Amino acid sequence: MTGFAGVLVRLIGETNLRLLGLLAILTIVFGSLVGNRLFGELGLRSMASQLPELGLLSLAMMVALLSAGLDLSVIATANLSALTVAFILTNVPATLSGPVAGWWQVGAVIAGILVAALVGLLNGTLIAYLRVSPILATLGTMTLVKGLAIGLTHGGVVSGFPPAIVFLGNGSMLGVPMPIIIFAAVALPLGILLSRTPFGIIVALAGSNERAVRYSGIDTRRILLFVYLLCSAIASLAGLVMMARFNSANAAYGDSYLLVTILACVLGGISPMGGFGKVSGLVIALIILQLISTACVLLNLSQFLTLSLWGGILIVVALGDAIKSRFAPVLLARRRPQSRPSAQGSRSI
Amino acid sequence: MREALRRFRQAQEFWLALVIVLLVIVMSILRPNFLSLQNIFDLLGSYAFSGMLVAGLLVVLISGGIDISFAAVATVAQFVALTCANVYGIGWAGVTAIAAAIGLGLGLCNGLLVSTLGIASIIVTIATQSVIYGILLTVTKGQDIFALPPWFSAGIDWPIFTAHDGTQYSMNLQMLGLVAAFFITWLILNRTNVGRQIYALGGNREAAQRVGFNVFRLNLLVYGYMGLIAGLASIVQAQYTQSVSPTALVGRELDVVAAAVLGGASLNGGVGTVLGAILGVALVAILQNGLTILGVSSYWSQFVTGLVIIAAVASMARNVRRRWQNSPGLAA
Repeated sequence: MTGFAGVLVRLIGETNLRLLGLLAILTIVFGSLVGNRLFGELGLRSMASQLPELGLLSLAMMVALLSAGLDLSVIATANLSALTVAFILTNVPATLSGPVAGWWQVGAVIAGILVAALVGLLNGTLIAYLRVSPILATLGTMTLVKGLAIGLTHGGVVSGFPPAIVFLGNGSMLGVPMPIIIFAAVALPLGILLSRTPFGIIVALAGSNERAVRYSGIDTRRILLFVYLLCSAIASLAGLVMMARFNSANAAYGDSYLLVTILACVLGGISPMGGFGKVSGLVIALIILQLISTACVLLNLSQFLTLSLWGGILIVVALGDAIKSRFAPVLLARRRPQSRPSAQGSRSI
Repeated sequence: MREALRRFRQAQEFWLALVIVLLVIVMSILRPNFLSLQNIFDLLGSYAFSGMLVAGLLVVLISGGIDISFAAVATVAQFVALTCANVYGIGWAGVTAIAAAIGLGLGLCNGLLVSTLGIASIIVTIATQSVIYGILLTVTKGQDIFALPPWFSAGIDWPIFTAHDGTQYSMNLQMLGLVAAFFITWLILNRTNVGRQIYALGGNREAAQRVGFNVFRLNLLVYGYMGLIAGLASIVQAQYTQSVSPTALVGRELDVVAAAVLGGASLNGGVGTVLGAILGVALVAILQNGLTILGVSSYWSQFVTGLVIIAAVASMARNVRRRWQNSPGLAA
């Protein structure tokens, strides 16, 4: 591939290019169905309010997927962390006032992240050091953490937070909603961390072939431990955003997002076998999912139909890939040989 | 003989059985009515649905795949079959046939997609779950069905024996389904050629393919069987709860996975036994029922289940540390 197309592919990546194509098609289809309202104030606002929550949770899931793992406990962790923050915030000693109260809020957020880190530590220990399969380990921690949250709150809601926290979920800066800013503030550094630093490259390599990385003298166990710590830390931020937006915390918020985060990641080109995937792909996939959701709302379609369309679009994309790979030998014969073997692992998750 | 004994001691089933026996002993000391026939019959009834699904999922897990969509499949089967029963007045045979056909059909779809898409089965079934469940909720608008035909609400009742205090114990639909599901699964896995092929497929897919097994057909069979069981289990569940709710089952898939895995089935495929699966369900059932009987708040039961899962998976990994040092990277 030479010329303009080649440059474009190298710059954006083949997967992302395909996703952008899909996004363009959907924009045209929905745009003609819905009309101007799709990108009107209401449409944009509904997109901006929903995308960051699913987005942050998907980012957390992505880190685990990249290492050929899976973290089913992200949402449970997010909720436990949010409940911790909520509990500390709603139990401010009456004597506090002024800047001290501000520091109390900062402390609450840090405590929430620390609780999430504990869950990450448990996940990481089970997966990296005890070699438990990631699905099993995180299935266990998910049940444990959610059970803890339900046990402590009896399924109830903790609500009523100071304005500074509510601002994180509902406010906006320069016209940009705060959740979007938080999402960008996580996605951008994470993208750099995963694709431009030794840590990120080792994670991806370990995701492709852990044994090879281990043989080259890198302690993959420590890397995996950090992967799950990172997952939980991002999840706790997702919990914070959810909590701030609803002005309340609960053990079961966002439960239905669990499988959707995996769906979003796979749609975004993150290989569930590990090793391949970019944050940018995930972001485009999230925009696609959000566009479908918003269009459904504006067309007065059932919110449940959105779920169907999300699942359907993943199957269609995968079907396209499968057909393409079946005809790949034919196409390759007409082009120059592929430079890298495709990522086909024998590990199933 | 000693060799066989040693091998049995290393098996997951042995430890599981040991834990269950200990649990039962402790429970019956604390609460004498725990081992009463009444409580055992109650347990069998309330865990029939999960138990049947574990039997189906076991086959999928052994083949090296996983199915997340069974709860959505079951809900659809339940909803359509009992709506038909209400509208057209069909009987037991009709309801069962419709539920089985829907389950089988959706399961075959899963098998087809898993075979052709070439992506992990967990992803495929998450996608199909979303599609099926989304359509179901759109059509039903999340409405429950409470009015069921009287013959269905009555269920089946085959008296087994009458206790000396006059209480009659009888075989009900739940127990029948549970026994049938595990027995047929055992037959398929241990007494048929196909069963050996499924183990081979899960143990080493590439080798199974080269030996000449038809992987495509095996996949259809495995996911079709899971769907069929889900369809039948849905009827058992509807009869037990005396209602059909589109939202009650979906979201509990992972509990079933946990029970199957507690029973020693490996997510990597090729490993798992029917006995282990039964013990896995039994452990979860006895634990949760035990906590209830002990008067522990039901809010904490999920926490305890989580503890048990983590303890189980961690203990399964006991010998791994040494393996990691001897052959790095192999200890997976």
